[in-house]
Amino acid sequence: MSGARVGVLALQGDFAAHARILRALGAEVSEVRRLADLEGLRALVLPGGESTALLRLMDGAPWLDALRAFHAEGGALLGTCAGAILLAREVQPPQPSLGLLDAVVERNAYGRQTESFEAELAAPTFDAPMRGVFIRAPRLTATGPAVEVLARLSGEPVLVRQGRVLAATFHPEMAADDRLHRCLLDQG
Amino acid sequence: MTEAETGTLRLKTGLAEMLAGGVIMDVTDAAQARIAEEASAVAVMALERVPADIRKEGGVARMADPSIVEAIMRAVTIPVMAKCRIGHFAEARILEALGVDFIDESEVLTPADEAYHVDKHAFTVPFVCGCRDLGEALRRIGEGAALVRTKGEAGTGNVVEAVRHMRAVVSAIRRLATLGPEELMREAKDLGAPYELVRRVARDGRLPVPNFAAGGIATPADAALMMALGAEAVFVGSGIFKSSDPAARARAIVKATTHHADPQAVAEASRGLGEPMRGLDVAALPAGERLQERGW
Repeated sequence: MSGARVGVLALQGDFAAHARILRALGAEVSEVRRLADLEGLRALVLPGGESTALLRLMDGAPWLDALRAFHAEGGALLGTCAGAILLAREVQPPQPSLGLLDAVVERNAYGRQTESFEAELAAPTFDAPMRGVFIRAPRLTATGPAVEVLARLSGEPVLVRQGRVLAATFHPEMAADDRLHRCLLDQG
Repeated sequence: MTEAETGTLRLKTGLAEMLAGGVIMDVTDAAQARIAEEASAVAVMALERVPADIRKEGGVARMADPSIVEAIMRAVTIPVMAKCRIGHFAEARILEALGVDFIDESEVLTPADEAYHVDKHAFTVPFVCGCRDLGEALRRIGEGAALVRTKGEAGTGNVVEAVRHMRAVVSAIRRLATLGPEELMREAKDLGAPYELVRRVARDGRLPVPNFAAGGIATPADAALMMALGAEAVFVGSGIFKSSDPAARARAIVKATTHHADPQAVAEASRGLGEPMRGLDVAALPAGERLQERGW
């Protein structure tokens, strides 16, 4: 939906890549660095980055509560990689998270950067497979009954949806794949 | 897993993009690495001595002892970078074997090869390289660098050279975008840069890899300045652990980087940090002591 107001959390991470994709889809995009920047947004991207650094940057302001309220009031969310970690109910090793996605996520689950990989993903609900770009990626080790799996890698969920929350453990924004961003704009 | 590929350019530049908006801090041991991680560093650079000490102590500066790099990798969960000498592909192979997340082929160490830089395409691990202008940036990208940074003048606590280098790169990119297609081969010749990369930069109006700032950044205001000039993230070397209160300064530089466009926030971050590192006047440095002239 063109003209929709979408935010990209820009405290740290690949927010610029997400913003480029959303602008190309005709959305009005704003960078979110302060709580007040959430005002008036209908959808928000939680980008890839370093989840521990992101969390610490949120210290000193009630970010987690504000993001839960944004969701409760009808906001749609897309999290990729670190963003998916933020959305999960439980993180291993333990760290605070939003709990908007009924899933357990393990950080850096595939190893260090030299183990980062690309692979073709089966995504039956989409028109074509997805190129999964996994960078020091997390793994969804458990998902609840309300969580719909949209793409898998070797049988494991890597792209999931629960209501207005979309989460990918990979980076569609690095593969110039705008299909998840379209879903976000349709929901927001 | 079906035909997984590792070490692609997209995976390499992808990791660099994940660091954008953040601060990468030089650390020499596990305790400093933890301080950096606590302060929201997006990555740490593991090395044996910070540039200010390398400058002071002289001698040949080499890759850090693997035990130092490994101790730092065990101490934190954020990415760990390490430096190899320009052209020293054996050091680079060692760092890759240790499992570091990024290699900085750095002018801060004593160059191993005055003619050639490392062939970075040959590695799975991504590389960052320093540059002083667009031509140098594109030569390194042509060799496979997944990230470029200004050289600045490391270990001086003086941001003037980083500013010079960032302005040179950014204004040359702007200039390229104004040229007609027939002018680009000539421009590639003048820049000493690969033609295909010149065409790409002219088309996109930006580098094909992220562009960070490094070399002399010592205060929150320095970080904000570099971000405003077009840096996507900053490296801080000696500036943190050569100051009187490293933890506070580290947090402040991160805050100023994130909120660089908000002067109130940068002012708040700049308050009461104690003594910054002492700093050197770059103009007074003898030619042989200018690290930025290493590499081409």
